[in-house]
Amino acid sequence: MVKFLPLKEAVAENLHDGDSVAFEGFTHLIPTAAAHEAIRQGFRDLTLIRMTPDLIYDQMIGMGMARKIVFSYVGNPGVGLLRRARDAIETGFPRAIEVEEHSHAGMANAYEAGAAGLPCAVFRGYRGAGLAEVNPNIKSVTCPFTGEVLAAVPAIRPDVTFIHAQKADRKGNVLVEGIIGIQKEAVLAAKRAVVTVEEVVDNFDDLHPNLTVLPNWTIAAISVVPGGSHPSYTHGYYERDNAAYLEWDEIAADRDRFQAWMQKNVIESSAGDFAGRVEHLRKAA
Amino acid sequence: MSELGFTPNEMMTIAASRALKSDDVCFVGIGAPSAACNVARLTHAPDITLIYESGTIGTAPDVLPLSIGDGELCETAVTTVAVPEMFRYWLQGGRISIGFLGAAQLDKFGNINTTVIGDYAHPKTRLPGGGGAPEIATSSKQVYITMAQSKRGMVEKIDFFTSFGHGEGGDHRQRLGIDTAGPTLLITDLAIWKPDPVTKEFTVVSLHPGVTREQVQDSCGWVVKFAEALDETPAPTELELKTLRDLQARTKAAHAGTAKGKAA
Repeated sequence: MVKFLPLKEAVAENLHDGDSVAFEGFTHLIPTAAAHEAIRQGFRDLTLIRMTPDLIYDQMIGMGMARKIVFSYVGNPGVGLLRRARDAIETGFPRAIEVEEHSHAGMANAYEAGAAGLPCAVFRGYRGAGLAEVNPNIKSVTCPFTGEVLAAVPAIRPDVTFIHAQKADRKGNVLVEGIIGIQKEAVLAAKRAVVTVEEVVDNFDDLHPNLTVLPNWTIAAISVVPGGSHPSYTHGYYERDNAAYLEWDEIAADRDRFQAWMQKNVIESSAGDFAGRVEHLRKAA
Repeated sequence: MSELGFTPNEMMTIAASRALKSDDVCFVGIGAPSAACNVARLTHAPDITLIYESGTIGTAPDVLPLSIGDGELCETAVTTVAVPEMFRYWLQGGRISIGFLGAAQLDKFGNINTTVIGDYAHPKTRLPGGGGAPEIATSSKQVYITMAQSKRGMVEKIDFFTSFGHGEGGDHRQRLGIDTAGPTLLITDLAIWKPDPVTKEFTVVSLHPGVTREQVQDSCGWVVKFAEALDETPAPTELELKTLRDLQARTKAAHAGTAKGKAA
């Protein structure tokens, strides 16, 4: 059954060296606070899974925590490249990392297959695409009914998935709304799931019946971290900090500046600092 | 700004916007395609359905999103679906009429590379990769491409096939069992290009105002073919220019506005 825990304990109980871990959130609801807590606890040899690795994996890769990354877009969306990830892939700094690259369709289907308990996903994809030649996990199957050749990729089954969400009720059921991305699939595909939320409310009685609610028995731990997805955003709470994404491009471009930024904003900070970072991004009610 | 009263990039965005119609269902790539699609929506194609890969269907943002998942895309959308549904039901399901892509590297057959410069295993430059593009390129009924011309970007041979266009040309798509049309239009800052009906090689069909054949060739890495009857792209209208500039001004203010100490 789900436990409400301080983020430090939720991460320590559920993440271990060598785990395969997904910190998901498709531009929206990125679990930055959880990723920063993982960085503070200094895990090693992780397999980092995420459709759009984004700033948090740039940071984890730059801190030498990743053995392998599984992804479909290793960029800073709308800004450009991920410079720490580039450094690792191009020059092996601070350590060489293994790369497993898919398309978004491939990753989305693979998460869905993981949630569905299937060994693999089948879809119409990678036709003529170079990825099929460099990623041995992209194979094909022939439809037994029509003879059409379709792409197949193994299901994604992370040891643990971290997501950020709007709110939990007192029983630990979790609401995700807005751009719901791959959150539900990533939670249901994983052995364990940890959710950070903006707030806890008494109950969900006033919600629309078809909203995305993850029942409490699908989640291992919930931590309340207001602002916990900054510089990403939480629909209904605060806006995306686009200026921070633009600034990251400069910070990550330089190894020393990156280290200094991480020391100040991650290592010497805590989950409690996130609320202050989004104060100016909350819309007037 | 040239003496023409508009920049080559403005001409590119506006020419690209004109290719879109109100009844199109357009899967929008970020950057230049996003600007063109929204100019179309704000001018001659008010009912166009714009879809971003974050799951937002029928979105109508007031400013251009920085990412494909900015909050305003969801707030102004008809509906927002999960990412697996986006790719399975809407793209793979054949609901998209136009996939609109940008490119880091492009060849004359509309094949796109946004993955690596150099060797895949030991890249000289690791680019972001495909994201949604590999399947947008094959599951959309047609693909439009827009990019500013340069010898570095428009090359004889791309380093990696991120998204398949017409492959080696001719009937290469059909030979791979791909039944969609693929790239049917390329809009650059200098010209409008369409594939030759047989070879599928991109051919210049219209030069933007004031642009010469030499300029097109000098900023392209392959030997350019020109149509026999070469048109001149109509210059941007006042309304088109104002719409684009207003959109860009709103966008700039909004993206800078999240910086701490400034009004959100």
